[in-house]
Amino acid sequence: MTGHDHHHDHSELTETQLRVRALETVLTEKGYVDPAALDLLIETYEKKVGPRNGARVVAKAWADPAYRARLVKDATSAIAELGYAGRQGEHIVALENTPNRHNMVVCTLCSCYPWPVLGLPPVWYKSAPYRSRAVSDPRGVLKDFGITLPAGTEIRVWDSTSENRYLVIPMRPAGTEGWIEERLAELVTRDSMIGTGLPKQP
Amino acid sequence: MNGAQDMGGVHGFGPVEPEPNEPVFHAGWEKRAFALTLAMAMPGQWNIDMSRFARENRDPGEYLSMSYYQIWFAALETMLKERDLVSDDETVAGHALREPKPVARILSPGAVAQVLYRGGPTERETNTTPAFKPGDHVRAKNINPRTHTRLPRYVRGHAGTIERVIGFHVFPDSNAQGAGENPQWLYTVCFDGRELWGADGDPTLTVSVDAWEPYLVPA
Repeated sequence: MTGHDHHHDHSELTETQLRVRALETVLTEKGYVDPAALDLLIETYEKKVGPRNGARVVAKAWADPAYRARLVKDATSAIAELGYAGRQGEHIVALENTPNRHNMVVCTLCSCYPWPVLGLPPVWYKSAPYRSRAVSDPRGVLKDFGITLPAGTEIRVWDSTSENRYLVIPMRPAGTEGWIEERLAELVTRDSMIGTGLPKQP
Repeated sequence: MNGAQDMGGVHGFGPVEPEPNEPVFHAGWEKRAFALTLAMAMPGQWNIDMSRFARENRDPGEYLSMSYYQIWFAALETMLKERDLVSDDETVAGHALREPKPVARILSPGAVAQVLYRGGPTERETNTTPAFKPGDHVRAKNINPRTHTRLPRYVRGHAGTIERVIGFHVFPDSNAQGAGENPQWLYTVCFDGRELWGADGDPTLTVSVDAWEPYLVPA
């Protein structure tokens, strides 16, 4: 589970590959899975559900104060207004970054992550280096991402230990006054919604 | 369980290494292992807490040497075997060798979108009232169950403050053991960084966990 996962030797990968294929065949022959449903699941998380969803939520919160208020009060239903809901996002909480407070999200026990708005988590989020250090040395983790926050900024780390899922609402970059939501969404990075990054500057 | 999955505060894993332009999956088998795991939730032979326990319940050295989807796949194999849905000789043969056990339902392609959109909410109705309110001082119990728990080791025994009453939610410690949902009040509990990590801890740090009422005592 380290960040070096992709360096497994080739034969081991081949063995895993064969075992996965064998199990899929057995499950299909037994009628427990329909391969067409598997294809659809994969397509959903490769093509449809990803951090662009969350970026749309954040951009709308930046542009529309009434939406932001609904999002902070009940993120699950505010996010559902945009059509995003469901698996691994049944109970979502939005976390507002301010000049005084920076939020960062982790799951030290496994890999809990708000799928409907961010898609499936990247390898680093599931890795031992992130899961071990986010709660004890978040500034060190931010340094790994090339980010240094002011020394006085309060850092709040949210360990996702229940079925609550957390989405960081980063601060809107200066110089974007009057921008429409679609343009604002281009500035919202995945990492800025986890709290390990900041939005792009215009 | 006090396994390798409970990583908060552990040293020595090195820096976080983000991968630029990371693909959603890194190999074809990861896609299939992911989809098989999701699809096999449908027959209702286990719940999400049982899945999590099946992933973490292994030798720490093994856990740390496996990739994320290798762990998912190994847990899937374990659960299928435990429930007599698939046996070892069948995985070796790569074919079904005996009649399938009847299951309530399977995931059909037409149901995928709806099943994902519905998800699996864990909040339950109750006529009880929460024992704690925002601002209350609490202490996380020192518990060390060999079974599944969602109370990480790094907060056990430490004092914190209730920030928010989240709701009345399925209790994983029971649900993972097949002992029923046994829902409990769930809270956001905040811990001062120096309470957790000592005098050298970051003074600007606050860490919160979501903690069910049975994890907490008044402080």
